[in-house]
Amino acid sequence: MSFKIAKQNKMKAKYTLLSIAFSLFIATACEKLLPVSPEDSEVLDGTIKDLTTSETAQFLRGDVAFAKVFTANTGLGPLFVSNSCISCHAGDGKGHPSTSLVRFGQNDETGNKFLMLGGPQLQHRAITGFNPENIPSGASHSTFIAPSNTGLGFLEAVSDADILALADPDDKDNDGVSGVPNWIDLPSFLTPKSNAITKNGKYIGRFGRKAGAYNLFNQTVNAYNQDMGIISTYSPNDTYSQEALDPEVNNTEIADVVHYLQTLKAPIQRSVESVEVKAGKELFIKNQCAACHTPSMKTATSPIQGLNNKIFAAYTDLLMHDMGKDLDDNYTEGSAKTFEWRTTPLWGLGLAKDSQGGKVHLMHDGRAKNIEEAILLHGGEAQKSRQKYAALSSKEKQELITFLESL
Amino acid sequence: MMKKHYLLLIFILGLSQNIFAQIDTTLFRRKPISDSAKMNIDAVYSRPFLQVGRTPLGVGGYAELNTNYGITDGVGEGFSFQMRRMTLFLGGSLHQKIKFMSELEFEDGTKEINIEFAALDFQFNNLFNFRGGIIVNPIGAFNQNHDGPKWEFSDRPISATQMLPATFSNVGMGFYGKKYSKTWVFAYEAYLTNGFDETIIDNESSRTSLSAAKANRNRFEESSNGKALFTGKIAIKNRKIGELGLSYMGGIYNKFQDDGFILAPKRSLNVFSIDFNTTIKKTKTSIITEWAWVNVDLPSNYAVQYGSKQMGGFLDIIQPVYKKPIAGFPNSTFNIACRIERVDWNIGKFIETGDKIYDEVFSIMPAISWRPIPSTVVRFNYRIQKQWDLLGNPPSKTGVFHFGVSSYF
Repeated sequence: MSFKIAKQNKMKAKYTLLSIAFSLFIATACEKLLPVSPEDSEVLDGTIKDLTTSETAQFLRGDVAFAKVFTANTGLGPLFVSNSCISCHAGDGKGHPSTSLVRFGQNDETGNKFLMLGGPQLQHRAITGFNPENIPSGASHSTFIAPSNTGLGFLEAVSDADILALADPDDKDNDGVSGVPNWIDLPSFLTPKSNAITKNGKYIGRFGRKAGAYNLFNQTVNAYNQDMGIISTYSPNDTYSQEALDPEVNNTEIADVVHYLQTLKAPIQRSVESVEVKAGKELFIKNQCAACHTPSMKTATSPIQGLNNKIFAAYTDLLMHDMGKDLDDNYTEGSAKTFEWRTTPLWGLGLAKDSQGGKVHLMHDGRAKNIEEAILLHGGEAQKSRQKYAALSSKEKQELITFLESL
Repeated sequence: MMKKHYLLLIFILGLSQNIFAQIDTTLFRRKPISDSAKMNIDAVYSRPFLQVGRTPLGVGGYAELNTNYGITDGVGEGFSFQMRRMTLFLGGSLHQKIKFMSELEFEDGTKEINIEFAALDFQFNNLFNFRGGIIVNPIGAFNQNHDGPKWEFSDRPISATQMLPATFSNVGMGFYGKKYSKTWVFAYEAYLTNGFDETIIDNESSRTSLSAAKANRNRFEESSNGKALFTGKIAIKNRKIGELGLSYMGGIYNKFQDDGFILAPKRSLNVFSIDFNTTIKKTKTSIITEWAWVNVDLPSNYAVQYGSKQMGGFLDIIQPVYKKPIAGFPNSTFNIACRIERVDWNIGKFIETGDKIYDEVFSIMPAISWRPIPSTVVRFNYRIQKQWDLLGNPPSKTGVFHFGVSSYF
């Protein structure tokens, strides 16, 4: 009998030890087995600093709205390019050629001649029962891949005066680089900034490859309508019937998306202290790349504290530049010439491959498959910089590219 | 008022009988199956029922609850408790050869309430039986044999829920049967039912999703396009080796006509599945696996997010490691298990770049389970999962711990 009790006690002790070991394993596993967040500098997602709790809450609502997928039942189309914001801006980064869009119908500053034939944007997809659009005969066109979303709030908060201060339309400094704003007409639903500068009733556009959108609100409303066929009170006309219809997205949701775009953080540069990166930055300035890709800008006064009077490094001047005939698609927007393109911000360039499927697709239509190809496609005002790059040693070229990849 | 009286009457009748007895508890996958002729096709009736005395009525069900704690890329929602589902079975024999069986499921409390199965069976002979009503389309093995207490994992397989529509049921009718020999068992099922609709290529998951059609309640009332969906399965079992199943589901899914007018070309979907399960006698190791392929005819120039080809499946390995009486449970068994699963929701290449389209998931889920009795399982699972977006950008990584219970009652 005592032998049996001893055996039972031994078993109990064994189970107790096993239970303790198992519990310890679980406790350890919980710590070790749950994936950690990637470094802030390795991802584009995340907020700017100093958001209030209500601003953070609106950011989260905007994040959800940005990822919302529209279907035929919830208003998609009938003509569309894609079915959600996020489908073209994966990870908030640059887009992929598979979700590129085509715009057509304008080849000078006198405006788009094909608005009544579906311009300016081609909706090449349609819900069932409808035929997608085709480019009308005789319309010039250009293909665009989606730009990155990050840091847009900073670009929006730059004053018109600061943008104009960077312009040099007559090339007075004789460096071969001019730079002009794209003066655009405002859609009726927009109210210009209180300190907006105008020219012949036109305003400075700053978003989009051709700087054809005035601000993020303008960009967002256009994207709902032109990209997804979603009607709002601001843009009530259906792209298929051209008739004003009931809204399919409410104004609050649009405001949330705009706020989300405004408060997405700016990409964080990596390896700032690397010798190679520092050398590359010096070459970037020496080669006059910084004449357009301005290394530093500042925001004006903003109601969002995180955007209020901040200095940032987007590497753009938000101006239009002649990029040469190789990049002239014979399509334009606003008052820009067909060979002019807005300086693309370079921040986030090193993370582009993480939103473009492991490879980069650079320039407005993604034709450049690496950074060097993109540099060598620069012409026009950037011709001299391109030649200077071509004359660099292999080591110097690598330093310059390493710097660009650190952005 | 009448309803209340009716329910009270049933209750009193039940008490007065005072002879509830649990039957048929022998058919669980994790314990030795006494009847080696049982197959996935038999899952509908391979459940423990409470029989009301000598009446032909059987009632039963199962419930599943768990808690989980998960993190994706460092961000999580904290702890959650889930009452995943409670399912009620009600069946009976109207005659020796006529049976009725139904399955009513409540998911996440009362978030979803579905009649998963409600069919009348006319059992003419082993090889030839008629079934009509709401039928679970027998595509793959999990769809046939999905009761929570039969599995060592809190989550259902991704391929069986997010690629194939788990417990996809429809109104329809067809035939089933089995043929026995000393070593072999052959089984088949063949049904015509209502089918899918265009939500499979236009839905909020932004990918081709057969599961999206489950949201269409009208499918119990009418076909979305006037065409029947065919689902068929054949399975063969060697009593010593295991069971192999081949299944097919196909038909037209889009509304191609209305009021006699042709609206669009007919577009079809085809689903193939192969499944296998066995228990290695020497080690008592159970292996369950299923792999499926989905082909959907898409309109030309359709959004790239919607794939025309999908494939995916899972492999479960379950090893009993400690089977001894514990705390008053004479048949208590501890198992270790592991599920490996993969789904590719969009097989193909981008036209624009020639690069591979991703939209994939890969997951490994080790588990420890305790079965105090064969019909009850206490499970502890850990899932590590990588999920790639359409473009193949760096995957999101998820780790989730589940602890839960599932039991027949």
